[in-house]
Amino acid sequence: MSNKDAYWNKTKNHMIVTLVLWAFFSLVIFMFGSELNTMSFLGYPLAYYMTAQGSLLAFVIILFWTANKQEKIDEEHGFSEREDD
Amino acid sequence: MFKGDFIQNLPKIYGTYTGGFVVFIILMAIAEQAGVSAKNIGVMFVAFTVLIYALIGYLSRTIQVDAYYVAGRQVPTVFNGMATAADWMSGASFVALAGGVYYGGYTYMAFLVGWTGGYVLVATLMAPYLRKFGCYTVPDFIGTRYGGNLVRACSVFVLFIASFTYVTAQINATGTIASRALGIPFEAGVWVGLISILICSMLGGMRAVTWTQVAQYIVLIVAYLIPVFWISSKVGGGVFPHLMLGDEVARLGELEQQFGLVKNSAADMKAAGVPGGLKYISGSHSGVPEGGMAVWKYLSLAICMMVGTASLPHILMRYFTTPSVRAARKSVAWSLFFIFLLYSSAPMLATLSKLALMDPNLPTGIIGKSISEVQSIEWVQRWSEVKQVFIADFNGDGILQLNEWFMRGDVVVLATPEVAGLPFVISGLVFAGGMAAAMSTADGLVLAISNALSHDIYYKIIDPKADTAKRLLVARVLLVIIGAAGAYIASFRLTSILGSVAWAFDFAMSGLFFPLVLGVWWKRATREGAIAGIVTGILSGLFYLLWVYPKFSVPIFGSVNEPFLGIDHLRFGLIGAPICLVVMVVVSLMTKEPNAATQKMVDDTRIPTGKAILGKQH
Repeated sequence: MSNKDAYWNKTKNHMIVTLVLWAFFSLVIFMFGSELNTMSFLGYPLAYYMTAQGSLLAFVIILFWTANKQEKIDEEHGFSEREDD
Repeated sequence: MFKGDFIQNLPKIYGTYTGGFVVFIILMAIAEQAGVSAKNIGVMFVAFTVLIYALIGYLSRTIQVDAYYVAGRQVPTVFNGMATAADWMSGASFVALAGGVYYGGYTYMAFLVGWTGGYVLVATLMAPYLRKFGCYTVPDFIGTRYGGNLVRACSVFVLFIASFTYVTAQINATGTIASRALGIPFEAGVWVGLISILICSMLGGMRAVTWTQVAQYIVLIVAYLIPVFWISSKVGGGVFPHLMLGDEVARLGELEQQFGLVKNSAADMKAAGVPGGLKYISGSHSGVPEGGMAVWKYLSLAICMMVGTASLPHILMRYFTTPSVRAARKSVAWSLFFIFLLYSSAPMLATLSKLALMDPNLPTGIIGKSISEVQSIEWVQRWSEVKQVFIADFNGDGILQLNEWFMRGDVVVLATPEVAGLPFVISGLVFAGGMAAAMSTADGLVLAISNALSHDIYYKIIDPKADTAKRLLVARVLLVIIGAAGAYIASFRLTSILGSVAWAFDFAMSGLFFPLVLGVWWKRATREGAIAGIVTGILSGLFYLLWVYPKFSVPIFGSVNEPFLGIDHLRFGLIGAPICLVVMVVVSLMTKEPNAATQKMVDDTRIPTGKAILGKQH
C-alpha cells in the first residue's frame, strides 16, 4: 500500500471516530432526554444542561482534539505543511 | 496601516480597537450621568460603530482578484475564527435566540445543538479539503471537481436560493435595529442598514469583510456578555451564571407549578386583540417533553441545522482565506469556541429574564401583581407603545396571570437590561451589538452570492477572457444589485426572522451537502450524478416546503397538509438531502467512471501538502 493510501486510510478512520463522538453528543444522548433529566449536574437537570451548554462545550473540545490528531497523522506520513505556508 | 506587516500587528491593532471601544462605553456612561437622553446615546452607539466598520472597509480596498475573493489567503487562525463567528451569528442569533429559549425551553434548544454541532461536520468533511483545492467560491469547487458549466450553474442556483432567503432576514434585522436605535421608520432603517453593509464590503470584497467581521465580533460579544453577567449578579444569580443558575432553573419549575401553564385559545387571543408575533409562556423551561414524537422532533431539527451548517456557502468560504490546510482545521475549532461564548449565554439570559419577570419575591417581578400596577411601570409603557408587549385580562380578576402577559421574543434581549434596572448605556450597547451581528452576517451572505455570480457565472461561463479590472467591476456591481434586491424584499416584511433562517439551512443541505462531501470522499461520483443529485434534491425540498407550509399550500393546493413523519417546514431538508444522496449515487454508478485526471485531482485534494488544484490567480 502506498504512503498516500495509508495516509488516507488513517484519515478516514479518524473521521469516523470523530463523527461517532459527534453523533453521541448531538443525537444519542437526546434520545434519552427524559431519563437524563432525572439526574442533575451543577444543580441543572442533566438533559437541560447538555442542550444548553454541555454538548456545545463537547463540540469545541472535539474540534481542537480532532485537529491536533489530524496534524499528527499528517506528520507521520510526511504531509505536514511548512510553518511559513 | 493595512500594508506590509499588518498581519503581524493584528493582535495590537484589535487590542487597541477593543480598548477604544471600552473607553467609548465609559464615555457614554458618563454622558448618561450628565443628562444626555437615552435616545441620543442609542444613536451615538450605532453611528460610532458603523463608522468604524466603514473606515475598516475603506482601508481594506483592493484591486487584486485573490484579495477580493479570498482575502489573499493570509488570515490567521484565531482571527478567522472571530470573523467566522461574526459571519455565523446573525441578527436572529443575537436578538431572537434568547427569546426562543425563553418561550421554547428544552425543545427550542435543539437549535443550539444544531447550530454548533454542524461545525464538527465542517471540520472533518469539508473545510480542509476545500482549502487545499484552492477555490474562490463553493460552486468553483463543484464546477472544477465534476467538470462543466451545467453542474457549476446548478450549484450557483442552490447557493442563490439558500443565501438569498437568509440575506433578506438579515437586512430585515438590520433595518429593525437601525429604526429602533435611530428612531426612523422601518423602511428607512432597511436602506440605512443596506448602505452600511455595502460600505463594508464593496471596496475590499472578502478582505474588507474579514477585517470588519473581526471588529463586529468584538462589539457583539462584549454587548452580549456584559448584560448577562451584570443582570445575573443584580438578580442574585451569582457572578458566573453559566455554572451557577441551577437553583434558578429549579425555582422556575416551582413558579410554573404555582402559576400554572395555561394554553390560551386562538379565539380568546383574537378577541383580546393580541398583536401578531407576541407570545406567552405555555411550556416548561427545563422539562423534557415525553414520547417518541417529541424525541424525533428534537433530533430531526438538530440534524437539519447541523447538516445545513456544513453546506452554507458563506460559512465554508471563510475557510478559503486561511494560509494553510492545517490553519483551516484549527480555525474551525476557534470559530466554534467564539460562537460557544455567545450560544452558551443565551439560555442563561433567558433563565434570568424569565425569573426577573416571574418571581414575585424579586422587585422586578410582574406576574401575580395587579394589572394597573404593572401598566404603570415605565418600561412596560414604553414597549407597549411599540406593540412589543401586551396585557390581556382574560379572567377579568385584575391580576396579571402567566398566560395574560404577551411579549415579543426579541424583547428578552433588548429590554431585559432595562427591566433589571441597568443604566441605559447598556441598552445602547445592546443595539450596537445587534447591529454588528446582523450586518456581519448580511455582509458575508451578500458577498457569497455576488462572488458566485461574478466568478462562476460571469467569468467562468460568460466571459472567460475578462481582465482583472472588468471582473472586479462586475463583482462590485453585482454586490450592489444583490444588496438592493435583498433590501427591497426585506422592506415588505414577508417572513418572521426565524422561519426563513431555518429555510436557508434546509435549502443548502438539500442541494449542496452530498455533492460537496462525495466530491471529496467518493472518487466514483460523476458529473451526471452530481447534476441529477443537485436538481432533484433542491426541487424535491422546495416542492415539499410548498406542500407542507400552510401559507403556501393553501393557495397552491387548496389544503392544509399534515407533515409527513413530523417533517414540517423547518425540517424539509430531511426530504431533499436523502433524495439528493440516493439519486447522486445511483446516477453516478450508472454513468462512466470519472477520468484519470479527475481521480488524480481528488487524490491531491486529500493531501495537505503540494500545489492547490486551482492556481493562486484563476
